[in-house]
Amino acid sequence: MNIRTALLAALALASTPPWAADKITIGFLTTRTGPLSGISGEKLEGFQLYLKTTGGKLGRLPVEVIVADDQNNPDAGRQAFERLAKRDRVDVLTGIMFSNVILSVAPAAVQSKILFINSNVQPSELAGERCNPYIFNTAYQSDDTDEAVGRYVTERAHKNVALLAPNFPAGRDHLNGFKRAYKGAIAVEILPRVGQLDFSVEIAQIRAAKPDAVFVFLFGGMAVNFVKQYAQAGLAKEIPLYGAASTLEEDVLRGAGESALGMVSASNWNADLDNPANKRFVALHEKEYKRRPSLYSFQGWDTAALLDAAVKDVDGKIENREAFRAALRKASFSSARGPFKFGPNQVPIQDWYARRVEKDAQGQVVNRYLHTVVRGHADAYASQCKM
Amino acid sequence: MLFLEQTLNALQLGLMLFLIAAGLTLVFGIMDLVNLAHGSFYMLGAYVAATVAAKSGSFAAAFLVALAAAAGVGMLVEWLLLRRVYGRGHLSQVLVTFALILIANETVRWIWGANPIDMGVPRSLAGSVALAPGLSYSEYRLAIIVAGLALAAALFWMVNCTRLGIWIRAGASNRDMARALGVDTSRLFTLVFGLGAALSAFAGAMLGPILSVQVGMGEAIIILAFVVVVIGGIGSVRGALLGSIVVAAVDTYGRAFLPSALGAFLPLDIATHLGPGLSQVSIFVLMAAILFFRPRGLMPATG
Repeated sequence: MNIRTALLAALALASTPPWAADKITIGFLTTRTGPLSGISGEKLEGFQLYLKTTGGKLGRLPVEVIVADDQNNPDAGRQAFERLAKRDRVDVLTGIMFSNVILSVAPAAVQSKILFINSNVQPSELAGERCNPYIFNTAYQSDDTDEAVGRYVTERAHKNVALLAPNFPAGRDHLNGFKRAYKGAIAVEILPRVGQLDFSVEIAQIRAAKPDAVFVFLFGGMAVNFVKQYAQAGLAKEIPLYGAASTLEEDVLRGAGESALGMVSASNWNADLDNPANKRFVALHEKEYKRRPSLYSFQGWDTAALLDAAVKDVDGKIENREAFRAALRKASFSSARGPFKFGPNQVPIQDWYARRVEKDAQGQVVNRYLHTVVRGHADAYASQCKM
Repeated sequence: MLFLEQTLNALQLGLMLFLIAAGLTLVFGIMDLVNLAHGSFYMLGAYVAATVAAKSGSFAAAFLVALAAAAGVGMLVEWLLLRRVYGRGHLSQVLVTFALILIANETVRWIWGANPIDMGVPRSLAGSVALAPGLSYSEYRLAIIVAGLALAAALFWMVNCTRLGIWIRAGASNRDMARALGVDTSRLFTLVFGLGAALSAFAGAMLGPILSVQVGMGEAIIILAFVVVVIGGIGSVRGALLGSIVVAAVDTYGRAFLPSALGAFLPLDIATHLGPGLSQVSIFVLMAAILFFRPRGLMPATG
């Protein structure tokens, strides 16, 4: 055997997958640095909490989780992904928080035949025309939360609503989602800049427009700032505030405290949902991390549960990507959010819940389930997806 | 009424910007040090105040501890590190102080965690007060305006009527001459740095109940503070005050009235999207215009 044939043989061996996988490698690419790393860290905590309950396995396969930092930056995310794909040869990619990184990494993951499970909001592009069999979403399409609030606001007979979202594409998408479901008039539409700190100007504009209600899409620190200042201006009692899920999520409540009391948002999950999977998750989370879980932590947990069920379904033979993908598609797990199945674009079809910020028995500020706004909701872009 | 309310908003933003910019301009003017990490003292002030307020329930204690902590840390950093880079040119200073930002952010993340923390408004100032029929304004924001005015007055008194103020003004107009005339510049630098840090921390503590107290909050405001320093004239406290008010007014009125003004001659849809962008740009257009006509700022420190 000369050197050339030896090399060829070695190449052939290297490119053939082993007959069966002996572990599953998860690339957990998420934001580990900067102000938004808090909520990303909670997503990882939720994921790891689930793995702890299974003794570090998905199905019968031991799990290796490789955590990488995308710095909330599309280029850094892409580089980190290349390492995960080429050096670590991950089977599944998950954990990305922000749509700018998602849109940069998802096409590359699909090309490398890595299953991308987006556990955060699905950008409209990936839910619609650019949907792909290798891309799953376990959260929701970004407009869904706004549509649910829009319905709820219409149900509550508000006729004249002021809208506020940051001035960037996703912000305007969220407002369009709200407008799709809301039937009344719009008093004023305000688009502050991304990262704005002080909202006194916008709050004065809202007061001057005299709406019946206000709808706000914000997240992280911006949401904390707005909620506090809105309450301090004395408007919280006069003009009820409705928010997208992120506007009033657990991380915002921790920062805004009692200012947020009485505000209403719509989410596909809440800590007090009454189903066995959720009760187990919340109890384990409080025991392990000594605090209430957030939506992000739930997303990590639920993604691990979905993977666990799919790996079991194919009996650990994840090297057969098609079979593994089909098993994921079935989503035969009990989600902590209640009913769950994938739509034609592999974005969940699920219920949406209205929830209000209240004080619980211990005097803590929490989101409390009010009622189910819509059952089995599918996102607006599913029809554009040809898979 | 809306105009009056927005004017109060502009005044409040301007005074807080002034507290941050005053320290920045002194450090820049007297020590010729570009201190990107100035915003970190603002963050430190907010975090310490939020923690002390939550533990003790006293806002006075929260402010005192925050000021002392920032001044102490500031003087320590100046003494240990920054005095080594005074003569090294601005690029080295930018690198060193940028590193300080990263260190400060990660340290805060270790101690307080990555999520924003809550700092409530003091109970006695939680409501809003009717200033005129149809104009009710948050009591706490009024308190910020009053405290900001008082502190600005105290600062002017210090700069114009005390010996320390004479040294500071001498240092800002000609560092070498001041040293030659026997001013202990090394001690002066440490003091001024500590003072700047404390002013910045005061702004952070004051704004803590309004804004989200979170990692990286300093960087968000430091850019505006630099614009103020450049517009006002480097090293000039009066310039910093004027610059702060101008920047705050342009920002506030731009955000408040530009979208509707554009709506008068553009389709509403375009106006709502264009307005916020334009008002954001207007500050920097203003800066460019001022630098074109007055390259050394509105009120330069050196005579």
